[in-house]
Amino acid sequence: MDKTVNHKAWFLVLPVLILVAFSAVIPLMTVVNYSVQDTFGQNEFFWAGLEWFEEMLASDRMWDALGRQLMFSGIILLIEVPLGIFVALNMPKSGFWASFCLVVMSLPLLIPWNVVGTIWQIFGRVDIGLLGYTLDLIGVDYNYTQDTFAAWVTIIVMDVWHWTSLVALLAYAGLKSIPDAYYQAAKIDQASRWKVFRFIELPKMMGVLMIAVLLRFMDSFMIYTEPFVVTGGGPGNATTLLSIDLVKMALGQFDLGPAAAFSIMYFLVILLISWVFYTVMTNLDKKGM
Amino acid sequence: MSDATAADTLPTQSARAARRVRVNKSALVMAAYLIFLMLPIYWLLNMSLKTNTEILNDFTLVPNQLTFANYATILTDPAWYMGYVNSLIYVVMNTVISLTVALPAAYAFSRYHFMGDKHLFFWLLTNRMAPPAVFALPFFQLYSSVGLFDTHIAVALAHCLFNVPLAVWILEGFMRGVPKEIDETAYIDGYSFGRFFVKIFMPLIASGIGVAAFFCFMFSWVELLLSRTLTTVDAKPIAAIMTRTQGASGIDWGVLAAAGILTIVPGALVIWFVRNYIAKGFALGRV
Repeated sequence: MDKTVNHKAWFLVLPVLILVAFSAVIPLMTVVNYSVQDTFGQNEFFWAGLEWFEEMLASDRMWDALGRQLMFSGIILLIEVPLGIFVALNMPKSGFWASFCLVVMSLPLLIPWNVVGTIWQIFGRVDIGLLGYTLDLIGVDYNYTQDTFAAWVTIIVMDVWHWTSLVALLAYAGLKSIPDAYYQAAKIDQASRWKVFRFIELPKMMGVLMIAVLLRFMDSFMIYTEPFVVTGGGPGNATTLLSIDLVKMALGQFDLGPAAAFSIMYFLVILLISWVFYTVMTNLDKKGM
Repeated sequence: MSDATAADTLPTQSARAARRVRVNKSALVMAAYLIFLMLPIYWLLNMSLKTNTEILNDFTLVPNQLTFANYATILTDPAWYMGYVNSLIYVVMNTVISLTVALPAAYAFSRYHFMGDKHLFFWLLTNRMAPPAVFALPFFQLYSSVGLFDTHIAVALAHCLFNVPLAVWILEGFMRGVPKEIDETAYIDGYSFGRFFVKIFMPLIASGIGVAAFFCFMFSWVELLLSRTLTTVDAKPIAAIMTRTQGASGIDWGVLAAAGILTIVPGALVIWFVRNYIAKGFALGRV
């Protein structure tokens, strides 16, 4: 659509600006403020410069958490995106069953995050949980509170359970927007199922898939509640992801300076990645996808 | 003659059979996926209908002694059910605030070019992507210093951090689909901006508003980190109250499960109304 140039439109955006400034900019400034100061309590602060940043960059703690975080986000993207596309391809296209699938699939998305954690915490317990009990019965040694591998499997399966539907819903919406004529043309050309997917469905889904990957990456990158409820970051530090570590540092130990420096670097990483995604997305928009 | 018909029908039949096999395979995949989704929820429901003795001592797939005592505990104790009320209050407040400010902004983004519009739009997106963990402590201090700590409005405002950008994005996507000629015709007919917006434009994007409201509701309802940090007693959300079940005598599993089931109910109710728009909403209006 052609847009007209109208600088008065700023007035329409003003309420959002004021609100977001109050709820984002002011808190963020507080964080910046803490990150360059040190305190001995009693609200006495003095300038510390970039000391906290240097300390955080030199400490293993942040790098380890970042490594675990990247591994977690990478694994869940590798599972959820193909699985979501696969599910979307198999969904009924219309009628009662389509609505039924949509509603059931959306259900996990609407469960409060700590309840998701609770559900899986119970589900995986060897004594009272269906999953843990069954695994124990068939002789698998499974204990997510003590075994690092089991803890990782649990939080990954939990995330797949929680969010694959989002990818599937988006891919499904993309699939539904493909006109029948495309499929008819493919039939005339006797294209194989794989070729139909590769040359018709996948390119047409690209736009929504980008959004799916963006949302999944971002949300998994700042995941806190679910793994915290299930494993509490343990065993040891095995599942302490970035947000868990940050909350531990800021609210648990009250190390304001390091926590603030940590926050800022954390946020900058996210900002950088969002910018890349956003650029790719707007370019796709321009190409009319 | 009959041969020809047979030859004609044979491939059709095999094609139909093949199609049936494919449909069945799809149905199988979907059934497997839906069962995977429902199993943990089924288990929670199952537990919520059992007594604690049964949960801990017998492993049963359906409750032996069906009991609603766990639900009764929650629905009769104000300390419990006020959690639901608190959650609903701040969720509704947040939805109303988010939509009120997002509507005009989304209109501006969808209709006009103005100085810095692209940067502004991206900046809004970054707020959706801001980790709540980064904001937990500064929010706590900000709302304490202005005396809003432990109030519903504090949580509602805090959730605006990610809901307002989301609402703007979704609404902008829907508004883009409304032809601009409608605006122009209305202005020629002498409508003022306000009257046009409320009387003509808003009904046109009613589904978009519904979807945006649904998403604000959803993300405010599922969030815990900020709402827990900003409340202690008066506005404590249900999700935070659930941790109360860890008493001296161990965890009250039955009540915990019942509370969990009750938090799923509101979402399940509203989802039916927006089922056909869910995907479009998740795509930020861009399908």
